[in-house]
Amino acid sequence: MKPENLGILVVDDEPSVRNSLCQWFKIDGYRVDTAGEANEALKKLQDNHWDIILLDIKMPGMDGLDLQKRIKQINKNIITIIITAFASVDSAVRALKEGAFDYVVKPIDPDDLSHLINKAVERRKLVNENIQLRQRVEELTFADDIVGESQGIKSVMKMVSTVAKTDSTIMIRGESGTGKELIARAIHSNSNRKYFPIIAINCGAYPEGLLESELFGHEKGAFTGAIYLRKGKLEMANKGTIFLDEIGNISEKMQMDLLRVIETKQFVRLGGDKTISADFRVISATNKDLEKAVKEGGFREDLYYRLNVVSIVLPPLRERKSDIPLLARHFVNYYAESMNKNVVDLSPQTLEVLTKYAWPGNIRELRNVIERAMVGTNGKRIEVKTLSSPFLSSSNSPEGNSLEEIEKAHIKNILEQAGWNILQAANILKISRLTLYNKIKKYNFQK
Amino acid sequence: MPYIYIVPIGQGEPPWAKSLENMISRSFRFDVKLKNSDISLPDTFDISRNQYNSSLILLRLIANPPPDAIKILGVVGVDLFIPILTFVFGEAQLNGIGSVVSSHRLDDRFYGLPENKELMTQRLIKEAVHELGHTFGLIHCRDAPCVMNASTYVENIDQKPVDLCPSCQKNLKAEKFYQRFSSFRWKK
Repeated sequence: MKPENLGILVVDDEPSVRNSLCQWFKIDGYRVDTAGEANEALKKLQDNHWDIILLDIKMPGMDGLDLQKRIKQINKNIITIIITAFASVDSAVRALKEGAFDYVVKPIDPDDLSHLINKAVERRKLVNENIQLRQRVEELTFADDIVGESQGIKSVMKMVSTVAKTDSTIMIRGESGTGKELIARAIHSNSNRKYFPIIAINCGAYPEGLLESELFGHEKGAFTGAIYLRKGKLEMANKGTIFLDEIGNISEKMQMDLLRVIETKQFVRLGGDKTISADFRVISATNKDLEKAVKEGGFREDLYYRLNVVSIVLPPLRERKSDIPLLARHFVNYYAESMNKNVVDLSPQTLEVLTKYAWPGNIRELRNVIERAMVGTNGKRIEVKTLSSPFLSSSNSPEGNSLEEIEKAHIKNILEQAGWNILQAANILKISRLTLYNKIKKYNFQK
Repeated sequence: MPYIYIVPIGQGEPPWAKSLENMISRSFRFDVKLKNSDISLPDTFDISRNQYNSSLILLRLIANPPPDAIKILGVVGVDLFIPILTFVFGEAQLNGIGSVVSSHRLDDRFYGLPENKELMTQRLIKEAVHELGHTFGLIHCRDAPCVMNASTYVENIDQKPVDLCPSCQKNLKAEKFYQRFSSFRWKK
């Protein structure tokens, strides 16, 4: 902060003090003004922005301590410094209790005044920096990344803004690739916990023992390889949010442990005996039919109700087709910037093909298609020919139109999209893994 | 032709006068004149502070300036104060005509040390250039190697050079007042 950007107001009934301080700060480069009494000071406070106010205690009318109180009511971030020729313990205690930055006795040593002002300026800079950073955090709502104007996504966003400020446990439902984590982050960044972390964990990605260690942490020596004490994700999410993705994939034991932790907000690290408390909000997500899993006994009913206090259902992309052009253009802009390419739009034919497609992999699939097309595009627009399969195969139909041929091409595409992750491909195709293995064998697919 | 006036107050023609004159001419590129003063220092004495009121001296100094004066620098040997501070080395009007400096606290004898006339003259020159700099519109410089760096104790003055840093030189040349009198300034 440059000195000229910092305003100092001197409030003292003695003109010689006002003028000498005014001159002193002016030659330091600060913006300075003076007031001879409280009302004049309050008026100047309305007319201009002041960072530091120096106040004399004894003034006609309202005294400096009462004026300080009024100033703090108007803006508690203004730094006030009390200057007095009649120092007393009582007035010093009162001044400091009511938020004075310092209390100094006239006359002041020039070196002390210089240090005092430097310290006050430093404090003011930190306060301003803090305010600016908080504003920037507030701007990072993640809501900008949620693109769409369809009724489906609008009601989701309305729900997000309603539940964000509450501390309710939320379950986000939706097919793979619909943006469940993005919604979780939008809820967190609009909540009162936004200045604390959101910790995400993909419960489906860890075997049971490892998930326990990831969530609860472990003490040194808890198991082979536990060389150091490690905090778990729940502990790291203290005062923030824990996002449990793929909650439908956790084991029965883990379900029991998690239920206890969610109810008590207390847990013990693996290999430890100390109970740790953490204050976190739980947001979970799943693409599974948990009601069915509860009925079949695969998921604990009590945990289900504990997690599913508020439910947000994300519509699949095929049910919000009007958003496809918007999303496609959003990804074009995103990749144009990150790839430093001059691609600005998609051709009408491309948009038509994209809109007609069923998008089993939802937004993630659309994003990947656009990313691949961006790599292959040299002009300003993405044309159909630069799109990858299945769009090319459907437009050119190189393999015929029989049901078997279409099935073969479709399975091959899905396998490629899922990177040959059999479970993921089977989930997209809505067939069992065994069926998929049989199809791979039947059509002699090679990875 | 405009001049910068040096006005020794209450001390006849002091031994440092010539050095001060030369250094001020060199720093601001104006001719310098020495002028006697009829200001009565006892009138500016504050009995409760046992010091002399710097602002009062400054007011008297600029009350009747010589017609060819663009800046006036008063130099006193007494201890100066302004009401809010315990002491000042000097005082100046930012963008004004007048400034005043005191040699009282620049003298090592004030700190119980043996007299060092050369060091005292060096300190006085630096403070004089500093206060005159303010009258030319220069504010305190954040760079330590500059005469416009603020000094709140005497060791500060010893640490800084007698010259303006390049940035302050640039600011000085950019000042409207300084530019207005450019035809009277020395040329390099």
